[in-house]
Amino acid sequence: MIGSLALEGVSPGFANPVADSQRVFRRVLDAMSRPGRLIDLDSGIAAASPHLTAASALALTLLDFETPVFVALDADGEAFANWLRFHCGCPITAEPKAAAYALVLADLLPALDQFYAGDPKYPDRATTLIVVCAALEGGAAVRLEGPGIAETRRIAPAGLPEDFWNQVRADRSAFQLGVDIILTAGDQIIALPRSTRIVPEN
Amino acid sequence: MTTQTNRMQHGAYNHAYLDEQTKRMIRRAILKAVAIPGYQVPFGSREMPVPYGWGTGGIQVTASIIGQDDVYKCIDQGADDTTNAVSIRRFFARVADVATTERTAEATIIQTRHRIPEAPLKEGQIMVYQVPQPEPLRGLEPRETETRAMHAYEEYGLQYLSLYESVAAFGRIAGGAGYPVLVDERYLMSPSPIPKFDNPKLHQSEALHLFGAGREKRIYAVPPHTDVRSLDFEDYPFDVQSWDEVCALCGCPDSYKDEVILDDEGTRMFVCSDSSHCSDRRDAGHAGPMAGHELDQGSADAANLEDAE
Repeated sequence: MIGSLALEGVSPGFANPVADSQRVFRRVLDAMSRPGRLIDLDSGIAAASPHLTAASALALTLLDFETPVFVALDADGEAFANWLRFHCGCPITAEPKAAAYALVLADLLPALDQFYAGDPKYPDRATTLIVVCAALEGGAAVRLEGPGIAETRRIAPAGLPEDFWNQVRADRSAFQLGVDIILTAGDQIIALPRSTRIVPEN
Repeated sequence: MTTQTNRMQHGAYNHAYLDEQTKRMIRRAILKAVAIPGYQVPFGSREMPVPYGWGTGGIQVTASIIGQDDVYKCIDQGADDTTNAVSIRRFFARVADVATTERTAEATIIQTRHRIPEAPLKEGQIMVYQVPQPEPLRGLEPRETETRAMHAYEEYGLQYLSLYESVAAFGRIAGGAGYPVLVDERYLMSPSPIPKFDNPKLHQSEALHLFGAGREKRIYAVPPHTDVRSLDFEDYPFDVQSWDEVCALCGCPDSYKDEVILDDEGTRMFVCSDSSHCSDRRDAGHAGPMAGHELDQGSADAANLEDAE
């Protein structure tokens, strides 16, 4: 079935899709390989809502017809879903468990166990969560350790739900299962792959 | 004439040869591989313009990550001047328009078959391995359904049994390359057929390591600062190869050596397997017992030949 797409208000994507998506991917790869490190995407796109810049760049870089996406973005949701359909051609799903990727505002984040954590034999099929935060600094601090972190690393993203880190701890206890999380704000990201463990402060 | 031909062919391909949808698919697989260190992520391996066994997995990984700011190095058994390495380096110089180098320290992406360079790797460098057989358990269990379950439930007894049988038969853990490792104390992984000499370089490395198996359609990864432990027993600890001889050309005592037979009388020389490491040392004034040997000259000719093309 071909639905109609409201094209007015669909903002542009990458100016140079090949080079821009390669550059953004390398920064995402860097973020994933060094969890907790604050990475500037330098995406060069003008998203309709500035707080969605990094999330938009990630979508343009990673999503296509093979990746069902769950979107929960409050007032921007409908316009962003249209933007996604136009630029990425990805199916939009209302069912978190069916999503390969989820684009979610921190305020509207469902419990992490609502997403697919993968199959013991195919843990790579788990959902990747792209969470739009208020800011990536200035919130409650947590300490991280695991692959990609030399000793420990401290991060303090702001605006996440109160029991978010408890949920992450529970999610990590089931490794190799688990969701991979990319926190975004503006044009910056912090990655929390499922291999990253939350450790007590001090 | 050559330049014109290159330009015409270059225009006929997308940047780095692969189409964008294929790159996205491979990029998603790479991110999952990094998130689950040592786990083999299935991916839709494509037909490449070289046969399976010539590095199609590594080429697809490189093509999906490489950009115009990268400096690309490609080695085969440690050497930059062997056929496979030269062809693949020229391929990316043409289709991705990147700078290439033979110096380990200058490279941002190092594609390799069977070696990790001697020079310590740095943050910002990515190693890309061409992997013939990604499954460390395949020689012990031919069924993919079984090995997948063994990884899922961390059931690695068969691997230890195999090492034990090796001790029982040979008095030591035999096998010099593709020596199995445990990544972050969870996934059993084949480091691809690098000599076990190179295994310790994977442990807590500063660089990101990406493994691509084209025929077997798997991608896996070791992120930087990740524990990589070579399997062993308390009474038969893991050890690496060592040589009594120093490198005949540069005098290096502690590098991985290739043995070269020189004539029918059995005269031989041992030279560094890592050609970049060896030439850097010679440039710095180090000399081995056979410094100035024609082998030295031979590699210079090969480099000139490449420049001429």
